[in-house]
Order: sequence, then C-alpha cells, then structure tokens
Amino acid sequence: MSDHSLLRVNAVTKFYGSRVGCRDVSFELWPGEVLAVVGESGSGKTTLLNAISTRLMPTSGTIEYRMRDGQFRDLYSIGEAERRFLMRTDWGFVHQNPADGLRMTVSAGANVGERLMAIGDRHYGNIRGSAAQWLGRVEIETNRIDDQPREFSGGMRQRLQIARNLVTGPRLVFMDEPTGGLDVSVQARLLDLMRGLVNDLGLAAIVVTHDLAVARLLSHRMMVMKDGNVIEHGLTDRVLDDPREPYTQLLVSSILQV
Amino acid sequence: MATPLVVSEVAKSFTMHLRDGVRLPVVEKVNFAVAAGECVVLGGPSGIGKSSILKMLYGNYSVDSGQILITRDDVTVDIAGADPRTILSIRRDTIGYVSQFLRTVPRVPAVDVVAEPLLARGRSQEEARARARTLLEKLNLPEQLWSLPPATFSGGEQQRVNIARGFITNHPLLLLDEPTASLDAENRAVVIELIRAKKEAGTALLGIFHDSDVREQVADRIIDVSEFRAARDAA
Repeated sequence: MSDHSLLRVNAVTKFYGSRVGCRDVSFELWPGEVLAVVGESGSGKTTLLNAISTRLMPTSGTIEYRMRDGQFRDLYSIGEAERRFLMRTDWGFVHQNPADGLRMTVSAGANVGERLMAIGDRHYGNIRGSAAQWLGRVEIETNRIDDQPREFSGGMRQRLQIARNLVTGPRLVFMDEPTGGLDVSVQARLLDLMRGLVNDLGLAAIVVTHDLAVARLLSHRMMVMKDGNVIEHGLTDRVLDDPREPYTQLLVSSILQV
Repeated sequence: MATPLVVSEVAKSFTMHLRDGVRLPVVEKVNFAVAAGECVVLGGPSGIGKSSILKMLYGNYSVDSGQILITRDDVTVDIAGADPRTILSIRRDTIGYVSQFLRTVPRVPAVDVVAEPLLARGRSQEEARARARTLLEKLNLPEQLWSLPPATFSGGEQQRVNIARGFITNHPLLLLDEPTASLDAENRAVVIELIRAKKEAGTALLGIFHDSDVREQVADRIIDVSEFRAARDAA
C-alpha cells in the first residue's frame, strides 16, 4: 500500500443559496482504495461527488490531488487547461445514465478511442487496437466495434462507458450510481467486472450509491451521508455490521434479505 | 517471540437506536492472550458474546473500550483504535478469519474465492490456484464444483470453500468461528488435521467450536466467555 494519499478533501461545503448541499466534508483517499458514499436521495452525495470532481465549485473548503509529478495541487486553483487534461486522462467519471457519458451517435470503437485521441494518440491502428482490447475486457464482442451505443442494451452501454473511462489508464474514477436502473443479473455482471478491474488496475474510486449491497461488494471504506453531513465513516464491513448512528442502523435494517 | 495477540480490558455493547436507544451490554473486562503455536477455544453458551469477540479482533465490530494488541515482527498495532487502512493491511498479512457463513461474490468460481487471499499478498495466479486446488481436494470438495461460483452450493460445501480460503495463507493469527458446524465426520477430521498443521507451523489460533469432540482434539486451553459477561443496566 502506498504511503502517499492521492486525494485530500478538506472541509468541503456547498450551499445552494441558503440550502445546504454538503457540509464540512473531509477525508483522504489512497491509491487502490475504493470509497463508497451512501445515503438516500437528497443527502448530498452527488453534490459532494461533483464538488470533488471539479464539476461544481464548493462554497468553501479545498480539494487537493497528487499529480503524476508527486506534487499536491489545489484543484480549484489550477488552470482550466490543466484541469481538463486531468479529467481526460488521469480521471474517469462513470455516470448513472450512460447517455451522459457516451456519444450515442458515434461507434463504440470511437467512443473508446476518443479519449486516446484527446491525449494525443494519432495512430489509427493503435487506437482501434486499444479500443478492441478494451471492448473485450468489458465483455463486449469485438464485432460490435462499429455499432453505435444507441443500439446497445443498458448493461452493454454501461460497460462501454467504463471502457471509455479506463482506456487512458486513470488513477481515480468517480462513479455515480453505476448500477442504477439495471436488471439484477446485469448488475451482478457489472459489479464483478468493476471489482476485477479495480483490483487489477489498482484504481482509486469514489462510488456514490444508495445500494448498500453494491457498497459492500466494491468498497473498502464507506461514508454515510444525511442532510448534507457525513454522519458515519469507517471500514465498509464495520459500518454495515456494527452501525453506530441511528440513521445508519435504519438504513442497514431496511435492506431486503433474499 | 512476542505474543501475537493480547486482549486487554475490552468492553462491547450495542446501542439499538431503532428500539428507543436501548443499550445491550455484551462483554466487559475481556482479558486473555494467545501465544504462537497455541489453539485457544472460546467456550460458553450461545449468545454470550463469543462471535462478537472474534469480530472485534478482526475489526469487523467496533470496541467500546480496551485494547486489542496484534504483534508481528516486533510491531504492535491496537486494532481497537486502528484506522481502516491499517485494519485492511493487517487482514491481508496478519489475521485470517474463517466466518460461519461464506459471503459469495456473483460469478467468481470457488477456486478463485479460495485463491484470492494469496493473490492479495502478491502471489502469482498460477501458484494461488494450485494451492487452492490442493486444499479443496483435501477437503473433499467435488472437482466439478471448483469452477462454479459457490452461491448455489450446499451449506457444507460453502463452509469447506470458506475453510480453504481461511487456511490458504500463512497468517500468524487465525480466527475460526465454528468452522466444523455443518461438516460430516470425515471432513471434520480433515479440519482437525489442518488446525494441527497450523499449530505446528507456529500459528496462533483462536476459535469457537460447539462440537465437543473437535474441541477436545484441538484445544490447548478453553476460555469461559461467561466470565466476561457484562453487567446489565438496571432497568
């Protein structure tokens, strides 16, 4: 395990007018570590994810990221070009709705290849080769490489979105309800795939989900949010098996058993 | 050699917020140690807190007060106050745990469920799988099951996968929560043999065994957990 964290979030607060989005959230994330942020709709978890991923400027607080040169930089004080480069290469963002993260009217291969071109790869054969290899890794048959994602099922689209995000070898991936809206059997396949990729690639990830089973399967550490505040934070199996806070106990006891 | 496990003045209670915040004391003043090469058994009736003690040692349950000191290579860590990263690294390298029930992951075949702890410690997939197959064979799990995910296995089959997963590494401390509960006599004998081999290799073992026959064959010493029973709050 690395001794240096990858991300430092310090007292991040976001107000929408007088309404609290998230309040005073601090944590560190290490390479290879998966953090789940759980809570019901409106608890502030997506606000937090967007604030950390520089999609939504926080009202106060800082977010520092360790760049590939080993130096920590405050993400809201770096230039726009540097920030965009970061988002295209070192980070991935997997949206709940694949249509938000894919270009639906270009081919699957181009969806994956586009991120390679964005970092300067110009060799068509290499790009297509990488795209084909990544489609294989996310279990999409390579003969679908020229098809558009709008012809794909929901589960395939989500796997394509993951391939598009991982092709540049990111160190940090943000996921917003990555299995939301999928059939249970499709979810299981996606979860198993994500688990394998996270392990093999040593990715750090922040996964926002309201599904505690997803959190248990994917994450090492878990944060529970309610009304914009982090109310409980710890090892995932500790939080789920020995929840301390009234709200966490309610959440855990509300899981349906099969 | 330093004592691998020392438990000192540990107390645990649960506060049930969904039941008007009622506090359920479980154990208090838990004090014991386990030496290398020793198999210590937690005894006492059901519901007395034996599994809770194992779960605290593994970092799965929080601790109200006291210390759980794990020593390896002259480095001592207090599990009771350790952060999640430290607990995860101790689980990877130092403490193994065979739980009562296997938590299965969709689609992962039994052989890989067993091999995983070795992979996590940086061994090659080939070596980890070979070792996993050896253990599954020793535990008489039919070979045609090895490549299937254990979700649909019987209780006894799942438990053997769980045992193989727990015994595959050479963790210096191994926690066993009724590993023989749903096994037949033949497989119980295999587990007893595996435990003896661990003891000879210098592993410190702490377990719960309801089967008195198994307990007598493996235990060096029995700790009566009723002695740690917490005083109930005056109603």
